[in-house]
Amino acid sequence: METIEEKAKDYSHILGWGIDADPKNDPTYPIKLRTDNEQTGHTWDRPEQQPVDIEVLRSIERPTVSAVFGTSTPPSGLSGQIRRFAFRFSESEYGHWLPLLLADRVNVVEGIVDDFRRGRVPNIFAEKGMQADWKYDRNGLIKKVLIGAAITTVAFTLLSRNKRTRKR
Amino acid sequence: MLAMNYRGPRRVRIDSKPYPEIKHPEDAIIRVTRSCICGSDLHLYNGNVPDTRVGMTFGHEFIGIVDQIGPEVHKIKVGDQVLVPFNIACGKCTFCQQGLYGNCHESNTQASAVGGIFGYSHTAGGYDGGQAEYVRVPYANFGPTVIPPDMDPDDAVLLTDVVPTGYQAAEMGGIQPGDTVVVFGAGPVGIMAARCAWLFGAGRVIVLDKVEYRLEFVRNYAPCEAYNFTEMDDPVVFIKKITDWMGADVCIDAVGAEAAGSALQTITGRKLLIQAGSATALHWAINSVKKGGIVSIVGVYGPTDNLVPIGNVVNKGITIRANQASVKRLLPRLIEHVQNGILNPKAMITHRVPLEDVADAYNIFANKLDNCIKPVLIPSTKS
Ligand SMILES: [Zn+2]
Ligand SMILES: [Zn+2]
Repeated sequence: METIEEKAKDYSHILGWGIDADPKNDPTYPIKLRTDNEQTGHTWDRPEQQPVDIEVLRSIERPTVSAVFGTSTPPSGLSGQIRRFAFRFSESEYGHWLPLLLADRVNVVEGIVDDFRRGRVPNIFAEKGMQADWKYDRNGLIKKVLIGAAITTVAFTLLSRNKRTRKR
Repeated sequence: MLAMNYRGPRRVRIDSKPYPEIKHPEDAIIRVTRSCICGSDLHLYNGNVPDTRVGMTFGHEFIGIVDQIGPEVHKIKVGDQVLVPFNIACGKCTFCQQGLYGNCHESNTQASAVGGIFGYSHTAGGYDGGQAEYVRVPYANFGPTVIPPDMDPDDAVLLTDVVPTGYQAAEMGGIQPGDTVVVFGAGPVGIMAARCAWLFGAGRVIVLDKVEYRLEFVRNYAPCEAYNFTEMDDPVVFIKKITDWMGADVCIDAVGAEAAGSALQTITGRKLLIQAGSATALHWAINSVKKGGIVSIVGVYGPTDNLVPIGNVVNKGITIRANQASVKRLLPRLIEHVQNGILNPKAMITHRVPLEDVADAYNIFANKLDNCIKPVLIPSTKS
């Protein structure tokens, strides 16, 4: 008996299979060069493996660590734990991407904490490039600052009022 | 060394980082002389790409001088001036052998859909990028290309992404002589796609954007018809109307995930991040193309789900072609075009900013201040 996998590779039962295949009518032609090796699978002569001496997360959709990989910022802290969790899911699942986005947000807070721990107060004005706003969009910047101040004032008033009501 | 440092959405700064290490025998370290900020960096900058970690250095468009090479590097030597394609490609795997250098299978462990890209989140491999004084370049026998001595470095740096991406956008359109081509987005890639559409024999090139100074620029540079979609009731109906109610033969999406123009897409794709970015430009491309037409996508979208009008794709019999540009495949032809004056990439550079002022440069580019088309960062250690 032929197994399902064998049957799927055997096209003899499909009448006329491949009869009209025409590379010139292939939508991927000539973007992709035909090599006739397309069907051989994961068999190429792999480049030497970069030593895996840091934690590098691996998509569950591939069997190996790629021969080279980036070493920018290995997972760390709470965001790192969330990222490790995300990599239990395939790239086609929200279970993969939404935790990664959450980890990114957590990571921002970690970054600020880390700055303070190193005795550095992040200069938000500079990091947001607001010197450019001052130069090229002064009115927009003033508006942003005023709106920010208004929101802060309102929030502060509401909070202190709440406190007062609670005291009573 | 100095390097751009991502601190969170719309917050970047310049920091001191260690000089990069050779991690693999085929690595090289490049001393950066110019690097660009790309429209697709804005997806990272805005926090829209998953697994963009605090502390990363962005930058996938850069040129420089070879500073150090690994023991197995033979194709370039210390002191060479090189341009580095934004795709990290091994040159050996099945996909590289097919010329699909944007799809290399040996440069990104963290995702199988996309290959490695310099400075483009951990989803694209976790590599630090070139918005720095020095950068580690893997597969240095394959990617880096020596800049011809007669070539202006400003032209060379745009050959790392913008020019090939615009060119491939037009190429994927399968443009036939006389075709009407519509390009959505007049950023640097859209501008280049419009220019290149002519090289493939387009009969009419139309560009849509919402920023007046960009429309003015593309009209002069491409040269083409350019319209502001904010002045239209419906861009799709507008395209139909000006194409004898048939639609365009080829539509190019050169916008990607940051597209404006649809409240639903903006909220779900750009604010809530529950789909892979706003797909407004792609909607317009699919809906404005002629039945049986071709839609070419080079705009960058995140993973994984999109609200895309796939029913219209089926009903209209549209062919969709899309990819990251295979820079290395296109370079020989494009270098020729630049040398022969057919393409003039450096004309798009409007801002030259010291690397130290990277935060301001991002703000200027992201918010389209000071009529910015394309900013270039220049480290002070260049010489
Ligand atoms: Zn780019
Ligand atoms: Zn490869």
